[in-house]
Amino acid sequence: MTSAKTSDNAPIAVELAKKQKAISVAEFFEKNRHMLGFDSLPRCLITCVKEAVDNALDACEESSILPDIYIRVRKVDDRILNIVIEDNGPGVQRDVLPRVFGKLLYGSRFHAIRQSRGQQGIGISAAVLYAQLTSGKPARITSRIDPKLPAYFYELKIDTETNEPRIITEKFDDFFTSRGTRIELNMEATYVRGRQSVLEYLRNTAIVNPHARITFIDPYEEKTVFERACDVLPKQPVEIKPHPHGIELGTLIKMLQSTDSLKLGSFLSNSFAKIGGHTMESICKEANLDPNMAPQDLAKDTEGVRRIMAAFQKIKIQAPPKDCLSPITGDLLKKGVTQNHRVDFISTVSRPVNVCRGNPFLVEAVIAYGGDIDTEGRAEIYRIANRVPLMYQQGACAITHAIERINWKNYSLEQPKGAKAPLGPIMIMVHLASTNVPFTSESKDAVADIPEIEDEIELAVREAARDLGRYLSEQKKALDARKKIKMFESYTKELSLALEALTGKDHDRIESQFRDVLARKYSKFIDTSEEPAKDIVPVKDGE
Amino acid sequence: MASRGQEIADKLTKVGESVLKDIDDGKNPSVDITMRTLSNVYFDEKTGLIRLGDEKQKRYYFNLGQAKKFLQTMLIAKQIKILLEQNKPALSIRQLFYTLKHEIPGAGENTFDIQEESDPIIEDVELMTDSLREELNLIATPNGVLAGPMVVEDKTGDVLDFTRMGSAGGAVPPIVEDDFFHIKEMSADYILVVEKYAVWNLLNQEKYWKKNNCLLLTGKGQPARAERRLLARFGAEYKIPIYVFTDMDPWGYYIYSVYKSGSINLAFFSEKAACPRAKYLGLSVKDVRDFDIPKSSWVKLNDEDYKRMEEIAGYPWFKKEKWQNELADLKKFGYKIEQDALVSKSIEFTANNYLPTKIENKDWFD
Repeated sequence: MTSAKTSDNAPIAVELAKKQKAISVAEFFEKNRHMLGFDSLPRCLITCVKEAVDNALDACEESSILPDIYIRVRKVDDRILNIVIEDNGPGVQRDVLPRVFGKLLYGSRFHAIRQSRGQQGIGISAAVLYAQLTSGKPARITSRIDPKLPAYFYELKIDTETNEPRIITEKFDDFFTSRGTRIELNMEATYVRGRQSVLEYLRNTAIVNPHARITFIDPYEEKTVFERACDVLPKQPVEIKPHPHGIELGTLIKMLQSTDSLKLGSFLSNSFAKIGGHTMESICKEANLDPNMAPQDLAKDTEGVRRIMAAFQKIKIQAPPKDCLSPITGDLLKKGVTQNHRVDFISTVSRPVNVCRGNPFLVEAVIAYGGDIDTEGRAEIYRIANRVPLMYQQGACAITHAIERINWKNYSLEQPKGAKAPLGPIMIMVHLASTNVPFTSESKDAVADIPEIEDEIELAVREAARDLGRYLSEQKKALDARKKIKMFESYTKELSLALEALTGKDHDRIESQFRDVLARKYSKFIDTSEEPAKDIVPVKDGE
Repeated sequence: MASRGQEIADKLTKVGESVLKDIDDGKNPSVDITMRTLSNVYFDEKTGLIRLGDEKQKRYYFNLGQAKKFLQTMLIAKQIKILLEQNKPALSIRQLFYTLKHEIPGAGENTFDIQEESDPIIEDVELMTDSLREELNLIATPNGVLAGPMVVEDKTGDVLDFTRMGSAGGAVPPIVEDDFFHIKEMSADYILVVEKYAVWNLLNQEKYWKKNNCLLLTGKGQPARAERRLLARFGAEYKIPIYVFTDMDPWGYYIYSVYKSGSINLAFFSEKAACPRAKYLGLSVKDVRDFDIPKSSWVKLNDEDYKRMEEIAGYPWFKKEKWQNELADLKKFGYKIEQDALVSKSIEFTANNYLPTKIENKDWFD
């Protein structure tokens, strides 16, 4: 801004206002694609699959359907992949379907306080937008909400100026016979294998969602089916009202503006968890506000809102209810892991629900050992948040940090000096469930370092590690005993031959007698680690 | 097989049978091992011998610390039995070690790795069967040589005249029992044992044994079993004086005591391998002044010497006043003197002057 322009007698604000305009969603996306998980080409594919699978799982669980998800990736040309994700979920009602897929920030879970995978309503529409921007092709979506009703098919794009869906084709689809939703996208992406791949993401998703059946067909037509490890849906997490300890200023103002309650007192009691009549009065008194005032009036008084926020912290309020979380549970984690890995040992831990900043959370840990887990190198860490595997930024994650705080030598594991994780065929999986998982960024790659959460993770992992340590030391003992028994068997063969030469008795008979007495009466001393008796040592006297 | 050999073989069979009986009874198989520690050794003043007590320890098979030794004991016992029954030539203890050393199938280890493992077990077996290694048809390599008026018929049938053994002398064979080493004639007036071969050799070249009509023997330092056993035989079979001539230091004194009373480790062997009649001729601290041994041939006693002197002074067989005085004098004197150093007087001094004077003046003690 130069002084020449200000001399036009028009206020600066008028000038500035001329420049104000709605940023198009395309621009918004381009500026924020890294935050939304669309940075590298391999990652774009994973993010797209992840968003669709997250939605499918959430929708199935909400409708008490055992999820059956099919994913197919094909190569269109060197640049473009064709991705199909199909589920047996409840389907999307015809009138909202275009907006669910064709409008950013449109969703049903944004305001709900409970454990769910998707939250912002940005995921799948971001994938649609990315596909459209890189391939120019519309998303093709089919959905059927009831076998008695026909399936309908849409081809749609997002209008990047208005953030509204633009329908290109709309028709009934006679071939889509079962209930569910199918989405097909063409986008610029790369298919890779390895630790950070679609396959690995789906495998880990299957482990932590043992009630889901997931089928994947890769660009080479290779089919992988992750079968269900159980036929029972997880307990549906209960939706709760926000807890005063977790609320933010802006949200509170919005709630005050839009509430149906006529009085501040009833607003507080009705809109928040754990605020009863007595607590409400204490809060109002502490904030020096009249419980009978209109909530909308308070919304205009930022100072008053701040006072009430302070009162939330000062007045003792019960912890939030805990049934809003859905742990996988130890048994199912075990089933999930063993369905997908051959392991020699597995231990699972489900910690009780805890609260951090008004948000209930709980930690579950799995440690598996041996079997088909890679024996070379460091332990593999698998991070899960609300049943969604986290694939990126392992080093920035509180789960990793908590694991690195542990001295693994205490659990009979090898940990070279300075190494952060133990060595050997070990898999450590941590599941963090919360109504609000604190991620380090919007791309939801890593859990932020919050001391209460890190401590719980460490406790859970330690508990599982103790089991592993016990198992390993028992293994070692058993191995030692086996070695000793084998040694005695070899000695006894040799001894029997010597005794045959001394006495003329048959060595086979002698050997079997020795074996018998050893097994019957003296095997105990092999097991016990007591100090063996010292044999006499003759003196040397200068000869 | 000689009947003594048969007797020992039978004892070995009994050892094996007692092990089988243990296992028949469902017990932990064991053998009794006589302890060969200082605590189980005592000095028998009456006989002047170091003897072994009766303290025994059981060696068990079903015991992690003892299993291998138990196996090794049985291996050695059976091998000795086989050697005795097949009437094979005597083996050295090293050769016995090699006949038994092999990998135990499946155990990933050898029956024996080093000879130091088998040697003490051979001694255990000697004690178990109340026999001597020589009777077990085992030999330790002897070093000894001798010369003098004696004629011996060897096991091979060869007749050896020890006055005709040249400058090297006649070798002491590994086994000196009568059936191996039959003494046909012996006309020496006394026997002189010399610690070191170099001194023995000088005396032999000067025909000391001829001039003095004596038998001249050396074990080349610490004597092996054969030299000790031979001296014991001389002591028992011929009523002639026996003198020991060593360095003037605790090591020399101890060599004398081994000839005379036996050793701690082979205490069970003393009866047959010690000669309590043996007298200490020299070198003694008193000789330094008596013979005016020049200071140039004195060597300062070192820490190890002092330590060994302390040890020896504590042994019951050194408790005699004479020896306590000698050790005290040596300590006060502060120097040791080697036998060889007497040549500083003159080459012939030992043969022509020192030894005849000492013997003539009966200047010895025990």
